[in-house]
Amino acid sequence: MDTLLAPFEFEFFRNGVVVATFAGALCGLVGVYVVLKGMSYIGHGLSHAIFGGFAASSLLGVNFLLGAGVWGIASALMINGVTRRRVIGADAAIGVITTASFALGLAMFAIFGRAGRSFDAALFGSILGVSRADVWAVIAVTAAVALVVFFFYRPLLFTTFDPEVAEASGVPTARIDALLMVVLAASILATMQVLGVTLIAATLVIPATVARMLTDSFSRMLLLATGIGAVTGFVGMNLSYHLDVQSGPTIVLVGAALFGIVFAITGRRGLRRTVGMQEHAAPAVAGLRPAAP
Amino acid sequence: MTDRHLTTELLRLDRVTCSYGATPVLVNVDLTITDRQFTGIVGPSGSGKTTLLRVLLDAVRPVAGSVHRKDGLRIGYVPQVDAINWSFPVTVAECVLMARMRGRLLPWRSKAEKGEVLDVLERLGIEQLADRHIRELSGGQQQRVFIARAMLGRPELLLMDEPTSGVDVRTRHEVLHLLEDLHQNGLAIVLTTHDLNGMAAHLPHLVCLNTEVIGKGTPREVLTAEVLERTYGAKMRILEHAGMPVVLDEYVAGDNVVALRRKAGA
Repeated sequence: MDTLLAPFEFEFFRNGVVVATFAGALCGLVGVYVVLKGMSYIGHGLSHAIFGGFAASSLLGVNFLLGAGVWGIASALMINGVTRRRVIGADAAIGVITTASFALGLAMFAIFGRAGRSFDAALFGSILGVSRADVWAVIAVTAAVALVVFFFYRPLLFTTFDPEVAEASGVPTARIDALLMVVLAASILATMQVLGVTLIAATLVIPATVARMLTDSFSRMLLLATGIGAVTGFVGMNLSYHLDVQSGPTIVLVGAALFGIVFAITGRRGLRRTVGMQEHAAPAVAGLRPAAP
Repeated sequence: MTDRHLTTELLRLDRVTCSYGATPVLVNVDLTITDRQFTGIVGPSGSGKTTLLRVLLDAVRPVAGSVHRKDGLRIGYVPQVDAINWSFPVTVAECVLMARMRGRLLPWRSKAEKGEVLDVLERLGIEQLADRHIRELSGGQQQRVFIARAMLGRPELLLMDEPTSGVDVRTRHEVLHLLEDLHQNGLAIVLTTHDLNGMAAHLPHLVCLNTEVIGKGTPREVLTAEVLERTYGAKMRILEHAGMPVVLDEYVAGDNVVALRRKAGA
């Protein structure tokens, strides 16, 4: 027990554990919408796109949250626009935008050197360098996202499940989709330091998938995914310290192990629940209204 | 039923034209929907049936013509079951409550809302399924859930997109009887269907559509060889069975004319 509690003597570790736990909960919560709307690829791409903003803000000495935040939210809204318009090859366009942004970040670090925040931490996650400001940033974003989900629960659910009928029923699906993209960008931004851009997508997908294996109710899935994300973050961060492995991979591996345990318990019934989870999941069609010939 | 003194006009389309880009989908469509109406819109794939439904729903704006609605008209919409993600984690009660988008927006159901959801489920005979996942239901029960969702807003007009698409005969009968009951209780219904014999022939009023309205009236008036050939671009033969028209395909092979019973969805 003493061994397990020993690292809590260090402030950097306490900060890291708090951030990882909140980051896990946040990604678990947002991941439910990401998975059910078939946005896993967008989540993955957006995290890479934000890396470009991270590189630029690091090198220019601009506040990280401000620089990468503006970059991330602009990327999120651009991706949302491309997706909603159902432009032919939207996947390819998103791939180009996000990977180009990621590559730009790598190129900037290569040309100007790795200044400021840790390059490796941004890619793979690290508890070193997690400051009090990071702790408050993650807590604030988690609280803000929880409030958004609470007060927009019904329109978010309707838009996720049945965008066409939601729009016909008066739900502003375009704004709801944009809101979700901003929430996703903010979540990636807040958790990037601990989870790493290359692994954030896994922390969005795994808790939601495990939760889906355990329940058929949307509200319970939200609660379960949040709880699973938090536990995964907490356990992963502790293991990261004791195994001396970066926090991002450890948290993802703990999530994967949890998936294996739940699969062993629920068997095919659990797995069957996840089959076709993203079928028909598509944003409401902005172009549904016919244009003039 | 068509007596103008006893009916209220819910919706009227005057020379409505819609297009997606440069492609016209509906051209000069005139249609009146009254509170006593139970109408089926029939036509081949791509004939504009779903677009017409969306115009009625105000989800699509015409590029020409006008749509007149009764003030405060309440419309319920039931999408095609093919468009539903049956693996989505929602119970029957959660699904029905989605229709409640005004007023209370807190995540959990109020006592009054629980009562309303139970009432509408009871009306449709599926109150015992409230906590079941939507995938665990039969075809008829699944259709009832989405009708229940549309009914929660107490609509005056129910719009349904292909309610019997891909369902078995028993489910089709079940849906048809349910819709007849709802119509008898004062609900106006407009639905689209591909199924001429199993669905359209049983409805009191039909609209044949192929970008423009080809014919309107009772099945006996509309399901004629001439109207159907103009609608579907194929020759059909009309027989009569138990006082109802039965549509058969005419398949020409060499010199032999073989009449084939029109398959549902063909």
